Amino acid sequence: MTISILLALYIFMLAGFAGWVIIGRVPAILHTPLMSGSNFVHGIVVVGGVGALLNASSGLEQAVGFVAVLLGAGNAAGGYAVTDRMLAMFHTSAHPKPHAHAHRSVVKPLKKT
Amino acid sequence: MFLMIPTLLMGLVDFAVAFLLIYGLWRMSSPVTAAAGISVAGVGMLAAVMASFLVVFTVSDAARPHLLVNSALALSALIIGGGAAWWAGRKVAMTAMPQMVALYNGMGGGAAAAIAAVALFGAHAQGVTALTVTLVGALIGTLSLSGSLVAWAKLGGLLNAPLRLKGLQLINAIVMLGTVALGAYIVFLLQGGATPLTAVSGLIGLFFIGALLFGVLMTLPIGGADMPVVISIYNAFTGLAVGLEGFVLQAPALMIAGMLVGAAGIALTALMAKAMNRSVMHVLFSHFGDSAKPKQGAETRPLKVTSPGDAGTAMRYAASVIIVPGYGLAVAQAQQKLYEFVKLLQAAGVGVRFAVHPVAGRMPGQMDVLLAEAGVPYDMIFQLEDINAEFANTDMVLVIGANDVVNPSARADKSSPIYGMPILNADQAKQVYVVKRGQGKGYAGIANPLFYADNCDMVYGDALAVMSGMVEAVKGLGLSAAS
Repeated sequence: MTISILLALYIFMLAGFAGWVIIGRVPAILHTPLMSGSNFVHGIVVVGGVGALLNASSGLEQAVGFVAVLLGAGNAAGGYAVTDRMLAMFHTSAHPKPHAHAHRSVVKPLKKT
Repeated sequence: MFLMIPTLLMGLVDFAVAFLLIYGLWRMSSPVTAAAGISVAGVGMLAAVMASFLVVFTVSDAARPHLLVNSALALSALIIGGGAAWWAGRKVAMTAMPQMVALYNGMGGGAAAAIAAVALFGAHAQGVTALTVTLVGALIGTLSLSGSLVAWAKLGGLLNAPLRLKGLQLINAIVMLGTVALGAYIVFLLQGGATPLTAVSGLIGLFFIGALLFGVLMTLPIGGADMPVVISIYNAFTGLAVGLEGFVLQAPALMIAGMLVGAAGIALTALMAKAMNRSVMHVLFSHFGDSAKPKQGAETRPLKVTSPGDAGTAMRYAASVIIVPGYGLAVAQAQQKLYEFVKLLQAAGVGVRFAVHPVAGRMPGQMDVLLAEAGVPYDMIFQLEDINAEFANTDMVLVIGANDVVNPSARADKSSPIYGMPILNADQAKQVYVVKRGQGKGYAGIANPLFYADNCDMVYGDALAVMSGMVEAVKGLGLSAAS
């Protein structure tokens, strides 16, 4: 499958609309987690880095590809870690959190019972 | 025939990943579902990384002899980069979040730039369209890398004063135009495929240096007050760069996720700039603070000063209190003590709400996160447009660590540099207490008429010490504390 520049423009337009609409409905209270969350989403660049590195055939390509994966992995892992931590802190009056500082690795949705 | 299976599998995973990232981001748009949203996106990311190794079945003949080495390199880069960033992300203090996000964002931009470099040096990008997209993505990604690093250094206190040289804008323009022209020349040289790569590699290197330099020069003059806008815009830039490199790599998931973030980041930047009453262009290409000269001797009325104990006691007997927190609260690490005070007031039957200005903190919404960290439920936190009409019906307002966001000159004084900025109407309450370190002015060095108003008392001191004083005073009134 080859994606032509025209098809690419369609994809960019639709994805751009999705991003714009999603931000439109976000309350200001979530702006920081949302920014770090969208920061995490562009960490998908690590996948491109892996592809580029595995296709490398010279020392220079290998070195630059290694840097791409290293930085991309940092973007994805770090973005997830901080977003998850921040979102775990939000709670309502009806469901107070016992430890506001708890570092959780498993995330549960904050649902009303 | 055998090779079709991994290709098809990769395509399907890519599709699922694109869906999971969009769905995850969408779930993140409400506090109720946000935590689940990031998990969904995380699952997508994990699947994408694992599936990316399916490339080993389809690598080019030139790369096949290096496959073992390349796979080992990829795995170790994933473990080192991912592990270090994960560890840092788990450790970082909530007040240091803006510089951490800036750093992660710079890494993403750097990764996109590095992918572009591989495509150029490995001659993987062929034809005018692919070369142009590669170079534009490289420019934006590199700009985002160096710009984010400067923002990181500034937010972390490594770089303090904004650098303002005469003629800097001219230098910026020359560097930018020069880099763009160089990029166009590289496309011209490479497009026929006749020019050997070795003849151009020096120029490609120069192109990346120019882009790095431009990011640094563009970010250095921007002051601390504008950092929320800057982080937001570089987040959008990295998204755009990832989307463009996704096209070069013919990877739809990268294109979709990158452009999703690019558009989301631009939308968020516009919201931010609107909340600060500044245009994005103004933030990037002019120097904030130049026009903000403090007025001399404009106020003759005396400031009224009161003690933490008296202010605390007065609020204990009020019917309703609104708290306006600012970044000074976080600097003093007084959020926990403030919430302890709020719980005492609530136990005494006082209705307490928090009013948060959109630009309180060093990045949009940071104050909300800092309050959440202290244990404040989010249904007690109100945004500007939801609470501004309530100030007039409120007994008392406690402004703590905030200044410009409650400055009434933004409403009335056309000569004020912040005229037109939406503010919290704290001055309309019956009584206002302002907790401040000293008699200094706010970020922009603008005098605040609220402090001199008849219904305003100043409480001077470190926010933590003041809050402790208020807590002691209310406890001393003999009420059982709500813990």
